[in-house]
Amino acid sequence: MAVFDLPGWTGLAPALILAATALALFVVDSISPRSSNRALLAGVSATGALASLAVAVWFIAAGVGQGGIDGLGVIDLFDGQFVVDAMALYFMIVVAVVTALVSVASYDYMAGHTYQAEYYSLLILAATGMSTMAAANSLVTIFIALELTSLPSYALVAILKDNRGSVEAGLKYFLIGALSSAIFVYGISLVYGATGHLQLDAIATALEGDVADGFGGLLGLGILMLIGGFAFKTASVPFHFWAPEAYEGAPAPISAFLSSASKAAGFVIAFRVFTTAFPLEPTAALIGLDWTLAFVILAIVTMTVGNFAAATQDKVKRMLAYSSIGHAGYALIGLAGLTVDGGELVMGAAMMHLLVYGFMNTGAFLFVALAEYWGVGRTFEDYNGLANQAPVACFALGIFLFSLAGIPPLGGFWSKYFLFTGAISVGTTSMLLVAAALVVNSALSLYYYSRLVKAVWIEESVVDRDTLAQPTGLYAAIVFAAVMTVVLLPAFGPVSETAIDAAAAVI
Amino acid sequence: MMIEALIAVALVGALVTFVAPNRVAGKLAFAISLVPAALSLWMFSAFDGVGNALLEGDLAYESQYEWLELSEYTISWFVGLDGISMPLVVLTTVLCTLAIVSSWTPIDERESQFYGLVLFIEANLIGVFAALDFFVWFIFWEAVLIPMYLLIGVWGGPRRKYAAIKFFVYTNVASLLMFGAFIALVFALPEVTTFALPEIAAAMLAGGPEALFGVAGSTLASIVFVAMFLGFAVKVPVVPFHTWLPDAHVEAPTPASVLLAGVLLKMGTYALLRFNFTMFPDQVAAYSVPIAAIAVISVIYGAMLALAQTDLKRIVAYSSVSSMGYVILGLIAYTQFGVGGATFQMVSHGLISGLMFMAVGVIYNATHTRMVTDMSGLADRMPVAVGILVAGAFGYMGLPLMSGFYGEFTIFFGAFQSELLEYAPLFTAAAMFGIVIVAGYLLFALQRTVFGPYRLETDYEVGRAPLHDVAPMFVLLGLIILLGVAPELIFEMITDAVDPIIGGEV
Repeated sequence: MAVFDLPGWTGLAPALILAATALALFVVDSISPRSSNRALLAGVSATGALASLAVAVWFIAAGVGQGGIDGLGVIDLFDGQFVVDAMALYFMIVVAVVTALVSVASYDYMAGHTYQAEYYSLLILAATGMSTMAAANSLVTIFIALELTSLPSYALVAILKDNRGSVEAGLKYFLIGALSSAIFVYGISLVYGATGHLQLDAIATALEGDVADGFGGLLGLGILMLIGGFAFKTASVPFHFWAPEAYEGAPAPISAFLSSASKAAGFVIAFRVFTTAFPLEPTAALIGLDWTLAFVILAIVTMTVGNFAAATQDKVKRMLAYSSIGHAGYALIGLAGLTVDGGELVMGAAMMHLLVYGFMNTGAFLFVALAEYWGVGRTFEDYNGLANQAPVACFALGIFLFSLAGIPPLGGFWSKYFLFTGAISVGTTSMLLVAAALVVNSALSLYYYSRLVKAVWIEESVVDRDTLAQPTGLYAAIVFAAVMTVVLLPAFGPVSETAIDAAAAVI
Repeated sequence: MMIEALIAVALVGALVTFVAPNRVAGKLAFAISLVPAALSLWMFSAFDGVGNALLEGDLAYESQYEWLELSEYTISWFVGLDGISMPLVVLTTVLCTLAIVSSWTPIDERESQFYGLVLFIEANLIGVFAALDFFVWFIFWEAVLIPMYLLIGVWGGPRRKYAAIKFFVYTNVASLLMFGAFIALVFALPEVTTFALPEIAAAMLAGGPEALFGVAGSTLASIVFVAMFLGFAVKVPVVPFHTWLPDAHVEAPTPASVLLAGVLLKMGTYALLRFNFTMFPDQVAAYSVPIAAIAVISVIYGAMLALAQTDLKRIVAYSSVSSMGYVILGLIAYTQFGVGGATFQMVSHGLISGLMFMAVGVIYNATHTRMVTDMSGLADRMPVAVGILVAGAFGYMGLPLMSGFYGEFTIFFGAFQSELLEYAPLFTAAAMFGIVIVAGYLLFALQRTVFGPYRLETDYEVGRAPLHDVAPMFVLLGLIILLGVAPELIFEMITDAVDPIIGGEV
């Protein structure tokens, strides 16, 4: 069955499949409440995520969202409230991959915990929200998708009810999330006030016409508030304070989920809103300022703050949390590098980085999940000598960490290299600064990543450990993520083409 | 597809070994490593390359596939061998096999991981010598670091953590410097749309870079030349960037030392030859005196440092600094015998230093000390191993009919005649003085350790080394003598590839 024979709404199939999976989980739960059949629950949610992944890959391969001879063009739904283009599908893939990995890994991690079914349905609901975010094309649908992601996430962070850290993290996350939602929705109303539209392309048309004349200040404030909302969702400075707390307190698979998938979803709306709704020239003419400047500053500050904070941590999970703030700074380069006549290379590079990040960061957090499953403790010292008992998992961890640090030949080197050349090719002084900051921060990050490698491989264990268990689900997820981090190397050709084409299409 | 096969066998072998049980890992890795060794020897015998890989010439076992595009630049999987890289690939595969055998005794924990990493290094080293696209080359270049870091850090001596970190930081910072400089150069080269080294070399020789970010083309070329020289000089290493080497060597387990001295250091001189000395002839001429000075200082200072050591392994480690100084001197001479001799010396030093580290390792296994002051008269108790140590030392000193003699002699011969280098006879004469010091510290060390009455200040009963410890040393010794008696086995191949660099005909 070819894609173009299907009715239009099926374009949202990757998100709809996730929604259906969530419903299926509710059904399972109501048939057998307090179900302890973990395999069924994890299986249903992993299958749903994989089906969503398969459909998204199929759509991209079939040419949805691409022009040209065999392309099928962008699918425009509900009067433009949603669009399914290459970028939407690309991020749906990222979300689905991370969700699948987390579902499989949770099978072992959640063993013995209550609220099994609730856990998986919240996970899939949040993934549905993220997948919807990727396709949302109006400030209203974006806001709804954002809340659909956030509300289950708050609950997921706090799901370990008898763990004080988890509950506290959830509360903190909820409070800051609610505040930033308020800021975001206020920003939406200001933009609406200035332009009279909510749909992204209509806003752009209004800015190019003379509708918004005289509302420059209002619009500027609105844009600033929108940036605040994105900064929260992507854990960028100055709205990053929740992230280390939430990641630290949350169950480790959820930390992986939030820091990879949720971050990618935050970036897709930022990419879409700023490229579609606020074209550089007319917006700059109205508010008297080029908004890429804001992202230049955000990118540099975010990566620097994240990396320096990560370098001073002595708990592994916190280190990873701060490093994920640093990586948000790298991805922000995608927006900072936009110019009036392009920037698809640098934005494509940011998209590639988010895909690679989806594997390597999820993998690293899943290793933490494995360590928590073993109960080895939280600090670097607690991880000492783990390679003796678990060489395969520690080998995979080495791959993740060296890839996060950007050491060739791993995936992280490629995406960082593309970001670097993309930033250089823009050629402005501020972008050269960003490129320099990227290199310096990457070099710094090697310090704290290699510290963990050193702990598991080189240091002697402080306690005598018996043989460690080898939980199937966690191991499968970690090994798969590691294999993908390596396999992305030969496969980088198609990935980079897809990402750059997708970026070119929205710019 | 031969080169791909070599790399693939080593990589897959690394994975298989990594998950194999500890007790079979050593034998398994040995069996696996025989495949690339035999294959590369067969490739050597069937070698039909002509000329230089980067300049005019037909490569052997070439293959090229487009890989990915980055705006207007294409990165491709591009490998092939010429007369310079072919001997180095054989050196890598043979030395890895021998290093694996020589690890059977000293490595007694986490064997499968150890041998897996050794095979992983082998795959990457083959890649370094075979890659002809800058990106592919750089990936292999960097990928060598991680396993070596772990080999030193996990299986090394008491100060292994310090040594491993120092090794990693030094060489990684150097690589980043070199990488950034080279990428800037490629961006500044007109009409270059790939990272293929032959194309970049052609563009460099046709006119060099244009201005980039307000830096004039000729200035940029000089900056890149210096940055790349520094980047590779750390790996070689030359004075004053040599301090990581003795630490890494002393702490590393024997097989890692063998690979480090035998092949890893050659990565630096090989890259210098491929990049600096092939692509930047004008800068080579402009900087010839300082580079020759660095080379001579490395020779003399390295030898003097060796003279001052009392740790047998440290002596061998510092001697590498001095031997690699000869290689740099041969390169900067820029004559057929200079550059050819330098390439020959890379292979020769790989064999001899590998042999020396193995011999020191065997002695350490038997005596549990490496201090020259602690032992005496070892020749009585372990005649075979000590005999090989003495033979290796003679090779180091440049005894005729051993490969070291031919390498050093051609380097001096070529350097003496150099037209490019001012005061060439002076530099050559100064470097030749190094031979005296080398002979001095080696004989001094031998006299105190192996000759005289037997005395050992430890509680170990010293006996003969097992066969599998001695066998790889015999193989190496055989190769050293073979190349000493019949240097044209590889030297013809080498000069054929060297001639285009120095402006000769193919």
